[in-house]
This record gives sequence, structure tokens and C-alpha cells, in this order.
Amino acid sequence: MTRQLARLGRAGIQSIERLGRGHLLLLNLLAGLADLALRPTLLIKQLYAVGVLSVAIVTVSGLFVGMVLSLQGYYILSRFGAEETLGVMVAASLVRELGPVVSALLFAGRAGSALTAEIGLMKATEQLAGLEMMAVNPVKRILTPRFFAGFLSMPLLAAMFSAIGVLGGYFVGVGLLGVDGGAYWSQMQANIDLHEDIFNGVIKSFVFGWVCTWIALFQGYDCLPTSEGVSRATTRTVVHSAFAVLGLDFVLTALMFGN
Amino acid sequence: MAKGRSVEKPLVRIRGLRFLRAGRAIFDGVDLDILRGGVTAIMGPSGTGKTTLLKLIAGQLRPNAGSIEFAGEDIHRLRSKELYRLRMRMGMLFQSGALLTDLSVFDNVAYPIREHTRLPESLIRRLVLLKLEAVGLRGARDLMPSELSGGMARRVALARAIALDPSMVMYDEPFTGQDPISMGILIQLVRRLNDASRLTSIVVSHDVKETAQIADYIYVISQGRVMEHGVPERLLDSDSAWVRQFMHGLPDGPVPFHYPAQSLEQDLFSGP
Amino acid sequence: MRQSRGVEITVGLFMAIGLVALFFLAMQVSNLADLSDSEGYHITAHFDNIGGLKVKAPVTMAGVTVGRVTAIDYDKETYEAVVSMTISSHYDRIPEDSFAKIFTAGLLGEKYIGLDPGGSDLFLEEGGRISMTQSSLVLEEIIGQFLFSKAQEADSGG
Repeated sequence: MTRQLARLGRAGIQSIERLGRGHLLLLNLLAGLADLALRPTLLIKQLYAVGVLSVAIVTVSGLFVGMVLSLQGYYILSRFGAEETLGVMVAASLVRELGPVVSALLFAGRAGSALTAEIGLMKATEQLAGLEMMAVNPVKRILTPRFFAGFLSMPLLAAMFSAIGVLGGYFVGVGLLGVDGGAYWSQMQANIDLHEDIFNGVIKSFVFGWVCTWIALFQGYDCLPTSEGVSRATTRTVVHSAFAVLGLDFVLTALMFGN
Repeated sequence: MAKGRSVEKPLVRIRGLRFLRAGRAIFDGVDLDILRGGVTAIMGPSGTGKTTLLKLIAGQLRPNAGSIEFAGEDIHRLRSKELYRLRMRMGMLFQSGALLTDLSVFDNVAYPIREHTRLPESLIRRLVLLKLEAVGLRGARDLMPSELSGGMARRVALARAIALDPSMVMYDEPFTGQDPISMGILIQLVRRLNDASRLTSIVVSHDVKETAQIADYIYVISQGRVMEHGVPERLLDSDSAWVRQFMHGLPDGPVPFHYPAQSLEQDLFSGP
Repeated sequence: MRQSRGVEITVGLFMAIGLVALFFLAMQVSNLADLSDSEGYHITAHFDNIGGLKVKAPVTMAGVTVGRVTAIDYDKETYEAVVSMTISSHYDRIPEDSFAKIFTAGLLGEKYIGLDPGGSDLFLEEGGRISMTQSSLVLEEIIGQFLFSKAQEADSGG
């Protein structure tokens, strides 16, 4: 009994310690921003690795999600004779929820795990310690560019996801199922609000980009420098990111849309 | 220090060093001096925290008690900015080489120069080629780290470690896992670089024969303490049976062959 | 050097496509092209029953959106719903005696307000009030009418 209690206590203390180290890392990441401004090429390199390389998976998924939404939506809406509102349904689901959330989950799987593995391996092969010995701060030089690349890429990726999804929905709804094209767009425009829907979606994806990249970098930086440690950290990145994204999505939605 | 060493002020001075990891004492009261211009070896069985000692000297780890001075400055009292400035005067050769895998050999060696100076590219090129020449790898400048053998990677890392002309270079197990030829090259390099550029070298190793060849002074560390120190010849016929066992690589002695256990008879016949 | 140039170009392309996607969402998907809520003048109208009218519902004239509902209140004295609207200052020639009705877009669609212009020479201004209104059609009433007409059909047919 007391042993269980002690184990619980130890786990709690360790999580709090980890949380503390995570926030310390975040502070250091942000402190590197000034340095980063002097070396924009570092950021560009990472925008490529984090952002550009995620475009394919995000846009292809966005296309299919939009098409499925349109197909499902059509069957339900047509029962009520409300096919004209198909555009609203597709666009609202994409812009408010699926765009930011699904692209963040894809991002965590594609870019986040790669970041963790990269940083973890750099730690395991003493590259980070080597930088420190060259009087170069590895957090500022290696981690900060990756962090801001993730933070900036996420909203762009989510916007691509939503835009492609809306077009995919148009293709299925108007092209294949025969919904009126004019109604698809006009209903959408009449009911989707720039501030309430689109800005809020962008804010969400900024938050998700921040959190996912932070988790990925922290897991890599904090991992045990062994092959097992790196592989565990990579798994943790994906799991923690998914929990964080879905949990935060609920909180943000409640704050933004509920009143 | 007595025992015939010069009275010159040491470059690194460690006093009463105590370092705990997960509640276990890795070092408990270590006193150590590294003299300028010499090759000092720190030896000991695996797992005695020799690499940890280098990290403590470099300020990457913080001791629980005691002081480490480098050129008269207490490393662990410095602010991180001053520490980074101090580290530019130290080079460290990691066991794995620790080359940046996404940069070529040339760019790896140029990295610290580009980071800390604003020299024109033509001058950097000349500096890098000179450093690579010193380790005999000028021809390998365009290779990527993944294309290098272990020994070559260590030599490139060495060229990088001396890129900023430090006053001290630390070698972490430089001879481990090398074939006889590259081991020979590395041994020669450590000594030659030390003498040619007026360096101070610290070599952490458990390869007794090789290290004794080049070291001016040896510290033997075990169980968190300095067991013995002196010039190589003196250590080889030390009075201490333990040091003799270590230095000559004898299979049995004060360090038993068997891991502590109950007697064999008990173990074999008491089971279910 | 050439390699890093390629990276720069792809990253530039990535950012451009991302921004275009955002722009597309703002312009094509949302109502940015519509009037913004802040500019314009405010009028009110009293209804007996607003049905399911919501804040932000469009106000139209001849099918063109000219404004939006900004607030819905209840008048304790008259037992009526008070609907406040903002009309874009662009549409400043709405006769004072215009007629306001609550319509439904489609059978189950959203409610919106339609204005039928009157004949007055005086136009609505800031703080103006539309006095002639027709309430929302409530679904139950429509169903009632439908059943009634069906019954009549059956009568005449039989």
C-alpha cells in the first residue's frame, strides 16, 4: 500500500520536474529569437525541413477529408432538402476544426517525430555537447530555428489543408453529386465569418504549431541518449502531441465559440 | 606538488571535487592538477566517471561540492556568457567525434571559426586547410561524416577542436575501438599537436600501454578517488597492488574476477 | 550554394502557397467581401414573433444583403421583440415606411430579414425605426396551412 503510494508520489515528482525542464527549455528557445534574427538562413533551412516536406501529406489528406465531408454531408443534407448548405457544412467543419486539428496531428506524425529523432540522435552522438564545447549554445543554434519554423509552418499548412478541402468538397458536391455551384459558394460566404471562423482557426493552428514543436523538441532534448531512449521519445512525441492538440482544441473551442 | 614536478601554476586545479549522480557519489574528494604544456592522462577502470570529469572541467556539469579552476577562474562561479568565452580556449575530442552530420568535413572544421569570428571566407579556407593538413586529412575535405571511418572522424574532430587555437585540448577515450594503424596515428597526433602548438592536453583513457607511451603524468582514478598519481614509470611499479593490477592488466588481484556473490556451493544447492 | 538557393526558392513557394490559401479562405470562403459590421447606421424594428431569427442574420433588400442584425431584445411594455440592425452606410436611401418581414432561407434554413421599400420621400437614418413589420412564419403554422389545403384538395377531389 505504502509502496504504491510512494510510486505514485515519485511519478508525480518526476512529471513536475519534467514540466519544469520543459518550460526552462521554452524560455531558452524564446531567448534565442534575437540570435535567429541575425541568421535567417537557419530558419529557412528548417522551414524547408519542417514545413515544405509536410506539404504533400497535408494537402493530400486535406483533399480527401474535404471530399469525404462533402459526400457524407450530401447524404444527410439531401434528406432535408438542404443540399445548398453543403458548402457551409464542408467549410465550417474544415476551417473551424478539421483544418487545424487534423493538420496538427499529421504535423506531429510527420515533422514532430522527425524533429525528436533528429535532436535525440544529435544528443546521443554528442553533437549537442560538441557544440557546447565549441562555445555554441545548442538550444539557440539548433533548437530555436526548428521551433519557430514549426510555429510559422503550422498555420500555413492548416490553411492549405482547409483550402484544398473546400475545393475537394466542391469537386465531389458540385461535380459529382450535382449540387448547384453558385449555392455552394454563396451559402458558404454568407455563413462563414472571417473573424469568428477563419481567424479563430488560424489562432488554433498557431497554438497547435507552438505546442507540437515544443513537445517534439523537448522530447528530443530530454531523451536518454541511447537508441532505446530516442525511439521512446519519438513515440512520446506523437502521443503527447495528439493528447495536447485534442485537449487544447476542446479548451480553445469552448473559449472561442461558446458564449 | 612534490614528487619532482615544477612549481609552475597549474592550468586546471581541482580541489575537493564531489559529484553525485542519482544519489551515488561518482567523485568524492578528488584533488587534481593539470600542468601547462604537458600531456596529463586520467586513467581508471570503465565506469569510474572519467568522461564525467571532463564534462565537469568544461562546465557542462556542476559539481555538488569543491572547485574547478581553469587558468585561475572558478568555472562554476562564472555566468554562462563568461563560461562560453572560456570554452573557446578549450577543445574537446569526443569519443564518437561528434561531427555535425549534415555538414561536410570542411564545413565542420570551419564551423567554430565561422561562429566566433568574422574572418573573410578566403582566410577561413586557408585556416581550415591548415588544420586539416595537421591531421593529414586535407584531401578528405569534401567528404561527409558518414563517409569517414571511425579513426578519420576522430581526426577531423581533432582538427575542429584545435580550429580556434585553444590552450587546452581534452581527449575522451581517443584510442578506444581503433585498429592498430589509426591508433598509432592518433597517439602520435596527440603528442605532436601538444608539442607543436604549446597545448596542454588531458587524455582520458583506460588503454594503459598507449597512454603511458605519451603521457607526462598520470592520475589513476577509481571509486571516486585518486588512487595514485605520478610519472608513467613510477606507476608501472607502484607499491599498491591495485594500481599494479590495473597498469599491467592482470586478470585477478585486489579487483576480484568474480562479481560479489554468495559462495558457489550455496548458490548451486540452495535453489528450489 | 546552389543547393541552398533551391531550398530558399521552395520555402518561398511554400510560404506563398500558404498565404494564398489563407487569402482564399478569407475572400472566397468567408464573408470578408461583404460589408463590415462596424460601418453604417443603426435602425430598429418591432416584431410580434421573430421565430428563430439570430444575431448576425442578414438584412436584405430585393435579395441583396444591405445589413445585419446586431441585437435582439424583448420589450416588456409592448410584449414585442425589438430587433436592432446595422445597415451599411452605402445603402442610405431606404424609405421610412419600408416593410420588414422575417423570411426563411429554404424550408429549414436560417431566418433573415427582408425589407420591402415603401413610397415615402423620407429615408431611414441613424436611430430610425421601422414600424411596419410581419412576423416570422412559424413551422407549425405552415404545417397547419399545408394540412388545411390538403384537406380542401381531398374535399374537392372526392
